[in-house]
Parts: sequence; structure tokens; C-alpha cells
Amino acid sequence: MSLLDVPPSRPVRVTAIRGTGPLTHRLMEMGLIEGAVVEVLGRAPLGDPLHVRLGDYELSLRGDEAQFIDVAAT
Amino acid sequence: MRASVDNRATTDTVTSAALPAARVARPSIIALVGNPNTGKSSLFNTLTGFRRHVANYPGVTVDIGSGPVRGTRLPMELLDLPGSYSLAALSPDETLVSDLLGGRFEGHRPPDAILAIVDATNLPRNLYLVSQLADIGLPMVVAVNMIDVARARGIAVDCELLSRRLGVPAVPVIATQQSCAAPVVAALERVLAERPAAARVPLPDALEQEVADLARCAGPPLNRAEALRLLVDCGGGAEQRYLERGGSAQELARIRARLAAAGIDVLRSEVRARYRWIHALLEGVITRPATPVINWSRRIDRVLTHKLGGGVCLLLVLFVVFELLFRGAEICMRAIEQGLGVSAVWAARILPPGALRSLVTDGLIAGVGGVLTFVPQIVILFALLAVLEDCGYMARVAHMNDRLMRGLGLSGRAFIPLLSSFACAVPAIMGTRTIADRRERFTTILLAPFMSCSARLPVYVLMISAFVPDQRYLGGWVTLHGLVMLAMYLIGPTVALPVAWLLRKTAFAGPTGGFLLELPSYKLPRLRAIWQRMYFAAHAFVVRAGTIILLVNLIVWTLGYFPRSAAVRESVERQARAADWDEQRLERELAGAYVRASYLARVGKFIEPLVRPIGWDWRIGTAVIASFPAREVVVATLGTIYNLGDAGTQPSDSLRAALRQARWPDSGAPVFTVPVALSLMVFYALCAQCASTLVMIGRETRSWLWPVVSFAGMTTIAYFAAWGVAAAGRALGL
Repeated sequence: MSLLDVPPSRPVRVTAIRGTGPLTHRLMEMGLIEGAVVEVLGRAPLGDPLHVRLGDYELSLRGDEAQFIDVAAT
Repeated sequence: MRASVDNRATTDTVTSAALPAARVARPSIIALVGNPNTGKSSLFNTLTGFRRHVANYPGVTVDIGSGPVRGTRLPMELLDLPGSYSLAALSPDETLVSDLLGGRFEGHRPPDAILAIVDATNLPRNLYLVSQLADIGLPMVVAVNMIDVARARGIAVDCELLSRRLGVPAVPVIATQQSCAAPVVAALERVLAERPAAARVPLPDALEQEVADLARCAGPPLNRAEALRLLVDCGGGAEQRYLERGGSAQELARIRARLAAAGIDVLRSEVRARYRWIHALLEGVITRPATPVINWSRRIDRVLTHKLGGGVCLLLVLFVVFELLFRGAEICMRAIEQGLGVSAVWAARILPPGALRSLVTDGLIAGVGGVLTFVPQIVILFALLAVLEDCGYMARVAHMNDRLMRGLGLSGRAFIPLLSSFACAVPAIMGTRTIADRRERFTTILLAPFMSCSARLPVYVLMISAFVPDQRYLGGWVTLHGLVMLAMYLIGPTVALPVAWLLRKTAFAGPTGGFLLELPSYKLPRLRAIWQRMYFAAHAFVVRAGTIILLVNLIVWTLGYFPRSAAVRESVERQARAADWDEQRLERELAGAYVRASYLARVGKFIEPLVRPIGWDWRIGTAVIASFPAREVVVATLGTIYNLGDAGTQPSDSLRAALRQARWPDSGAPVFTVPVALSLMVFYALCAQCASTLVMIGRETRSWLWPVVSFAGMTTIAYFAAWGVAAAGRALGL
């Protein structure tokens, strides 16, 4: 399951990051790596981007990146 | 003077990191580095006492803010760098940070030490950057900020243990409190003297080996941070610099091939190794509460970023901003206008009639004074935007509008500079440095001047209050004045849509750079930060009013006053005798005749054929040309031109009245009709009459092409839009 399919308010654990490119690398540098716990808090009014909590802080990222982040229930 | 020359000489020959800073007279350079939203500016202000040599406005070099640290035994100069998540820079802002730390920033000597600031409520991600900074090898102090916020959330941070594990001092601070300055300064003095080595993240063995090899091998000296960047930076700036400085391309290729063969993805290995190290490091340093404390930020977001409520709230916020602006404008304008009227009457009483009195009342007071009327609005607008930004709402605005901006080939990040362009395009264009993608950034830069900045406000306020009827609807809640004002603010963004689309299809065609944005916790805005923004805005505007606007005004007055030829006087006096005019009539006719014969009138009449189709007379045309350096000049210029044509003996009580009285000489019909007033507003909504903005576009795009394109394009659009509005208005019989 990718991060894009996660329903709101259910924390999940990152299992793999399939994306490449500078933004995916930056996401990893910001702590979104295998084993990190992520929670989708909601979506922007127009459906994209996603509002997620990553560890101690919150982040806005697009479905473009989220679809390549594999997650599993914690 | 001498000292600064000497400084430069030493910088060129010796890297300052190698110099014991204590023994040289020049201050040690301390780079203040940290993630965005960690309180860098607060700490900077606390350490320097708000003595920031800031240069946000044109004419002065846009530079890194810096200021001397107070209360030190050794002189220190603190550099306030933009927020950065990683030394692997993505945006121009981050590139600046990594260049400066690597001693590659033109005109700046490399720092002698690093003051890293981290957010105590979010240590793992903040320490990622710190672990990269450690690789540079400079003395470092870590300021653990927001220790109070962490405590309120039940998070305890053991800074002593953190210090021991990092190998460098970690000082708990509350950046806004003066009491935190002394421990930070003491720690900086200690690391400058003792130069303790920061703990380094162990990389996987094979990678560690190659990094060490690269740092050792023939070629320019590299620190560990540079060697790591070089390994992953295929064809980028780091590689280019390395090769230029005599690095071996073959050696680099060989090492990269070996790593690839061993199946090591350098980027990912580095990230994983750093986070593994950070999690081990923080074991026992952070103590969290068993049950999380109520997260207020989350609760606020449930409303403010709600699917439906979020959009409604955003519109409501924007409405309140503009409402406050216009209400504030009305009150302040009336008060200041009265003050100006009084001083003009007073000046006319004490000065003898003639050139000097005309210069003071028509040139100085009517001109510059009329512009100063608008300082309150500008201050209000900057204050409101500063509040929205400081409390964390701006990031949500970018988040909610990303999808919208994406339709234009931009991202939510572009929304913030574009929104702040409603205050002033100059800082907004500088604010685009957070946008990583070059094409998106340039598009945003070219769109910024389309947003209705505060300098347009004087034109709108003048035209609306003078020519738009005061009608009220819905029980007085909605005014026609307010609606016209709203329309003016909507024109820029509306025209910007097709322009953005066109730019992204032609000059800046290409994929979007994506979007990734931290949404910081909401907090109460800091009064001092807002005060600072208001002060800078007002200061910059008053300085402009005092310099450019005054200068332009004096030129316009001179051109409009001279030559006072005797022939004109004789001809009017002949008419007066024939028609038996009284003294007052003679004065008025004479003043009008002088202006019509002035140099200004000659310039204006020369360009009149160009502006006549819109319905403008030569005086409006002249005012438009004279306002090339700055839009707000037009108000002052209109004041000067129309007051010069006045009776002359008694200063006009208000520019609005003067404009209403203006007549076409041939038909006697009023010059300013509603269509003319509207067309003038539309012209100013869309034109690029701002030298500062054009200079800033040139500076930020590093090319003279884009300011020229911007000016030519916007002027053309503005001209035809003004013509269209005037024609439509006349057709509708307004």
C-alpha cells in the first residue's frame, strides 16, 4: 500500500521508498525513511497535496511523491 | 578604510578557519545556520540587539544580514543565513548557505565558526543538518531553541548529555529571551579558543573509505562534507568547481564506478547512516511524556485547512485584510489631507507670491505630502502580512493553494511571494529564493509585479474617492467604493493567469519542480518581528518619498513653472482689458496660460496623441511618464500639475477637488470622467512603473533581458487594458 491510499488519522510505518529525484531525496533527508512513522492528517481542500505528520512535525507533500512511498500498518 | 583593505588581503591568502581568531583585530565571522522555522531571526536579534545591517531595498546591495554580537570579549560578526534543511542544496537559498559555509560566496570571507540552531521539539530532523555541519570541520555551538515549547509539551531535553555526545557545546535557549545570550556567547568564545572537534557520523565502511580516498587524493583539499557532496553531484556545481581547481575527472569517475559496483547508493546510504546515528545519539537525551499533550495546532488546522471550511476561512482572512486596509486608508487619508491643507495655507501666508511660494506649496507640500498620506496603509498591509506569516498561517495558504497553482505550472510555494507582492514586489521577488525550480522561480518573479502592490493604492484611493459615487448596498455593509477597490485588486491576478500559462508554455517550458513544504505549528505572532517589518516598510517608503519622489517632483515643478514668458502675460492682460475681468479671474487665467505654455506642456502635448485614444489629456500623459521611477509619484505629479494651473493665490484645499475641476480647453467638458478615472486605475494596476522592481528582477534573474521583457510586456498590456476599459465605460454611458 502506498502513502496515497492511507486513510486519515491512522499512523503507518514506511517500508520502502521507490521514488527517485531530488524531492524524494529531500523527503528522506527530512526523516521520511524506512521505519519512520507517518500519519496522514488530511488533504488540501482541492484534494492534493497531503497533510502528513512525520515524527515530531507536519509536512505538505504531493500525491506525486506519496504514491512512491510504501507503507504498512504499525 | 585601511583595516578593511587589510582584511581582504588576509582573506585571499589564508583561509580564516586556520587563523586563531583571538589574535587578529577583525571580528570572527559566526554563521547562524538552521532549519527553517527554528527561530533564527529571534536568536539573531537577541544576540545582536536588533543591529541588523539589513539591505532589503534597491540601491543597496542585497546581501546576507549581519550584525555584531553584543557582550563578547572577542569581536564577533553574526551572519543571519536563510533556513536550510541540508547541505545538499535544492533552492537558491540553500545554495547560498552551502556556498557560504564552503567559503565560496563572493565578497564574503568564510566563517570562523558555526552557530547551529535546532528546534527542541523536533530534534531528529534538525540534527540531520547539524551532523552535516560537523563534517565541515569548523568550531560549532548548537543552540537548542524552544526549550520552553518542548517543556510545555512534556518533552525534556538533556543538553549536557547531548553536548557530550556531539562533542560540541549544546546550549538550551529561548531565543526571544535576552537571558539566553550570555551562555551562547560564552560557548562561542570557548569553541573559538579550544576548537573542539564535533562527533562525526560513521558511514558504511566502503563509502567511508572512498570519501577518505577522495579527500586525500591529488587535487584541491576537500573536507568530508565536500567530498561527500562531490561523490553524488554528477555534473553539478561541486563537480565543476572540483575540476576547475585541478581535481582529477578520471579519479572521480573511478571512485563513483567502484561505489556503484558495490551496490552503494551514496544518497540513501548517507541519509540512513545519519538517522541511525541520530536515533542512537538521542537515546536518553529526550524524555517524552507517556500520554501526548493536547496538540492545539492540530485542532486549529481541523478548521483552517478543512475541505470546505479551509477555503471559506482563506477568503474571510483576505476579505478582512482588505477591509482593514481600506477603512484604515480612509481615516488616515482624511486626517493627513487636512494637515497638508493647513500647512499649505500657512506657507502661502508667510511666503511672498512668486516662484518660491509656488515651489513650496505646489511642488513640496502638494507633491511629497500627498505621497506621505499613504504611509499608514503601507504599514497596515505589511503588518497584516507579517502576522499571517509569523503565526504559521502562510504555510497553510501555500498548502491549500498548491493544486490551484499547479494548474499554472507553478506550486504552492509561489503563492506566498505572490501574496506578499500585494504589499511590495521587491521583497516578494527576493522571497522566491525558496523556490527550487529555476523555471518556476522565474515565472513567479515575472508574475509578482502584476499583483497590486501598496504603491498602487494611492492611485486607487484618489480616483475612487474623487470619482466613484458613494453608493451603499445591503444596508451599508457593501460599498461601491469597496467593490471597485476589490475589482482593482482582482485585475492583476486575473491577467497574471494567462501570462503564467504563456510563460510556462514558451520561455519557461518544462516539468514542474514539485512541492514539499513544512507546516510549522501555529504560534502567537511576535510583536517585535511584526514591528520590525512595519518599521522597514515605512522607512523604505518615506526614504523613497524623500528622495526619488521629491526629485521627480522638483523636476516636474520646474518644467511646469518655466518659462514664464512676458509674451504670455501680455496676451492674457490684453484679453482681460477687452473682457473686463476682475483681479481673481485674471490671476486664474494667467496661471492656466503659464502652464499651457510651460516646458512640461510641450512634453505632454508631444505624447498626447498616444494617450488621447484612452481619453487622457496631456496632463495625465505627463504624470504617467513622470511616474516611471515609482507609481506613487503619479499622485504627487498630478497634484503639482493641477495645482500649478490653479488660481495660484490660494492653494487648493485638496487634489480631489482640483481633479474634479479640470476641463478640456476646447469643449469645456470635464477631463476626469468615470471611464477616465477607471482607465487610469487599470493602467496603474497592470503597468510596470517601478524602477526598484525592475532592478530587483534584473538582480534575481541575473539578466537584463527579463526586466526589459517585464517592462515592455506590462506596459503594452496596461495600455490596451486602459483603452478597453475607457471605451467600454463610454459605451455604457458612465
